[in-house]
Amino acid sequence: MSHIRKLGLALALTAFGTAASAQSLVYCSEGSPEGFDPALYTAGTTFDASSHPIYNRLTEFKVGTTEVIPGLAESWDVSDDGMTVTFSLRKGVKFHSNDAFSPSRDFNADDVIFTFNRQKNDDHPYNQVSGGTWEYFDGMSMPDLIGSIEKVDDYTVKFNLTRPEAPFIANMAMDFASIVSAEYGEAMMAAGTPELVNQAPIGTGPFKFQAYQKDAVIRYLRHDDYWGDPAKVDALIFAITPDASVRYQKVQAGECHVMAYPNPADVQAMKDAEDIMVMEQEGLNVGYLAYNTTIPPYDNANVRRALNMAIDKQAIIDVVFQGSGQIAKNPLPPTMWSYNDKITDDEYNPEKAQEMLAAEGVEGLDMKIWAMPVQRPYNPNARRMAELMQEDFAKVGVNVEIVSYEWGEYLSRSRELDRDGAILLGWTGDNGDPDNFLAVLLGCDGRENSNRAQWCHQPFEDLIQQAKVLPTQEERQPLYEEAQEIFKEQAPWATIAHSVVYMTMRPEVEGYVVHPLGGHIFNQVGLSQ
Amino acid sequence: MLNYVLSRLLTFVPTFIGVTLISFAFIRVLPGDPIIVMAGERGLTDERYAELSEQFGFDRPIYVQFWEYLTGVLQGDFGNSFVTKKPVWDEFFALFPATLELSICAMIFAVLLGLPAGVIAAVNRGKFFDRALMSTALVGYSMPIFWWALLLIIVFSGMLQWTPVSGRIDLIYYFPDPTGFMLIDAIASGQKGALGSAVRHLVLPTIVLGTIPLAVIARQTRSAMLEVLGEDYIRTARAKGLTAGRINGIHALRNALIPVITVIGLSVGTLLAGAILTETIFSWPGIGKWMVDSIFRRDYPVVQGGLLLIAVMVMIVNLTVDMLYGVINPKIRKR
Repeated sequence: MSHIRKLGLALALTAFGTAASAQSLVYCSEGSPEGFDPALYTAGTTFDASSHPIYNRLTEFKVGTTEVIPGLAESWDVSDDGMTVTFSLRKGVKFHSNDAFSPSRDFNADDVIFTFNRQKNDDHPYNQVSGGTWEYFDGMSMPDLIGSIEKVDDYTVKFNLTRPEAPFIANMAMDFASIVSAEYGEAMMAAGTPELVNQAPIGTGPFKFQAYQKDAVIRYLRHDDYWGDPAKVDALIFAITPDASVRYQKVQAGECHVMAYPNPADVQAMKDAEDIMVMEQEGLNVGYLAYNTTIPPYDNANVRRALNMAIDKQAIIDVVFQGSGQIAKNPLPPTMWSYNDKITDDEYNPEKAQEMLAAEGVEGLDMKIWAMPVQRPYNPNARRMAELMQEDFAKVGVNVEIVSYEWGEYLSRSRELDRDGAILLGWTGDNGDPDNFLAVLLGCDGRENSNRAQWCHQPFEDLIQQAKVLPTQEERQPLYEEAQEIFKEQAPWATIAHSVVYMTMRPEVEGYVVHPLGGHIFNQVGLSQ
Repeated sequence: MLNYVLSRLLTFVPTFIGVTLISFAFIRVLPGDPIIVMAGERGLTDERYAELSEQFGFDRPIYVQFWEYLTGVLQGDFGNSFVTKKPVWDEFFALFPATLELSICAMIFAVLLGLPAGVIAAVNRGKFFDRALMSTALVGYSMPIFWWALLLIIVFSGMLQWTPVSGRIDLIYYFPDPTGFMLIDAIASGQKGALGSAVRHLVLPTIVLGTIPLAVIARQTRSAMLEVLGEDYIRTARAKGLTAGRINGIHALRNALIPVITVIGLSVGTLLAGAILTETIFSWPGIGKWMVDSIFRRDYPVVQGGLLLIAVMVMIVNLTVDMLYGVINPKIRKR
């Protein structure tokens, strides 16, 4: 009898409802993964289904925190000049196997080199496989940053960087850096089926991939030879359920143990329900209104600060987030290290705002606010948010026109340097590093791209560039704290909100931790009997 | 009859070319660049944009892109999804059986209830039953699908616990799905209880998807029957002393069926292409949701290939309906 049939029998014999048992954890996920090789993709839904259960990385984020801990690398050493990072690899780590492949060796340096060189080198045989769009690797500037990767011995790998970069260690814990098997890659290339690396994944993670039916279900089995703490359930099942109301019905009916992304309107009822648990945590995100700081009158920091004082953020939290958010005063979320809690937010004071605008000679201002056409974690309803701002600005004599475009157009046009108007947008952190917010969204290099305020302020830029190359968190933290003070004083954005992330689950679920980086991780989740 | 079939088949060719062109143009007319959508808030450099444009073939003239698409399609190559990187053809046929299975069940449900309801309403014209039935049909026709689906889920899955909330089969069953039709695969698996589970999962989606066609068929049958029942030959049949059952069931219904079959044919097309809401709410892994997701992501190969394949399926259904006319009405096949 196959393992699968045994599992089916075990599940069928259990008393719990129709779907699950103490042996099998069922997660109602919100959508289908794009594939199973995380380096090819950028969506959180894909990472939930691939990098978290199936793979490991050289470094890992400790679940529930943004702290970087050893993963497949037991330790690492950064040279004094910050230009070389040497990883000492863990021994005895076993890869999964499937019908087409059984590994002949343990994880070693060849796998690390294969993982990164396929993304870096255009002439690598896997560079163009499965579309070959390594968006995160490119987006995190890895092609420029990594000069070369050397195998020192089977269990030592050296990364030669082109410049010192402190966030590099955290970048190695990101999903795109999930370590794939070089041996599997070679075997599949030889068999003429290289795309199976993406479709039938082999990793070192706590669960091994069993089966996937698009838009229906993904099945995993526990990896019994896992190097770390073994998974607490025999099987992990993702029941793909796009509608949030239906996900909740499934949790209530016992067809799922855990669900993500509840409707904000349902959260209170869930908290009141006896047989449902709700966990919550501030998301590692920020929603903002970015002025175009290159065109008048928004090139004047006093005007920007005055406009910020006209926005009733609490009303936005109540109406748009329905309570599931908190007011943002900094560009960094509060769960991020170096968050400067000493900063006081602009007060909501329309009278003072009007006086300040008058003092700057701004009267009868016509302003455009761009409202995103899509729902995002940091902004569940941009149109409504823009309407509230329209009312707020009207009170200080600013006439707002709300504009919107199709999402691709929105992203594209909002990058333009001479863009007319302030834009609603936001960001969800990738690697738990402040650089990932401050440099990407507010650095001079990001202008005409991810820096939608088109803001380039030298004192701020100098601080974040200095902080980027310092080796320790202790040394970097004061610089980022100071940068946040400059940000507040210069006000290139109105920081609006950080959303709160909710997870809904049945009471028998044990050990689930909400992860600040947004992933849904079940490696150490069990079920009480 | 053979000439009739051939003439119908010939109309396939221009329709196919037209649909290929429209499906190719449709997604490109929409604003929004797939590369920018893919990059999201992060954005990308101009160099990277140029690289990806070249990789996806967007840097070539539009007529070259169309020609390559058309020649690919004629060889059975619909391209690969930008998102999943898998062939569109494979994705379509992995998902289509689920949509087809649900559509067939919904249509059987609609016909089995709609036809008799329409006949009974027509025979009892103006009476309470007629009015009640037609009012119910109007409600069914006007009901928002997502509301109707959630109501059924809350009552039958939540409160009464008679049916599962969503999905195609209980997760305890796991077997290969060679045909993609869950009812067939469940029987083939030999696993005890699998078929029952698959049937239970079909009940609510079938009702939800079948509600609008049911209302349309009932109303169409009623009006067609009323027209036929007023014909001279029906009076003659009554004068001959035939039973009401024979008059209504054989003489009237058979002649009333032609417009009804037209409506059924059109409804099948609507079901195949339009099961989006039902599929989303019931987590039904069909082509409706796949297409909508792809439109949002500007996944050109999936949208153009998917539209074309759906159009071909609808054309096949329409052809079948045309054949059925011929079977039912000898005048048509002899024309």
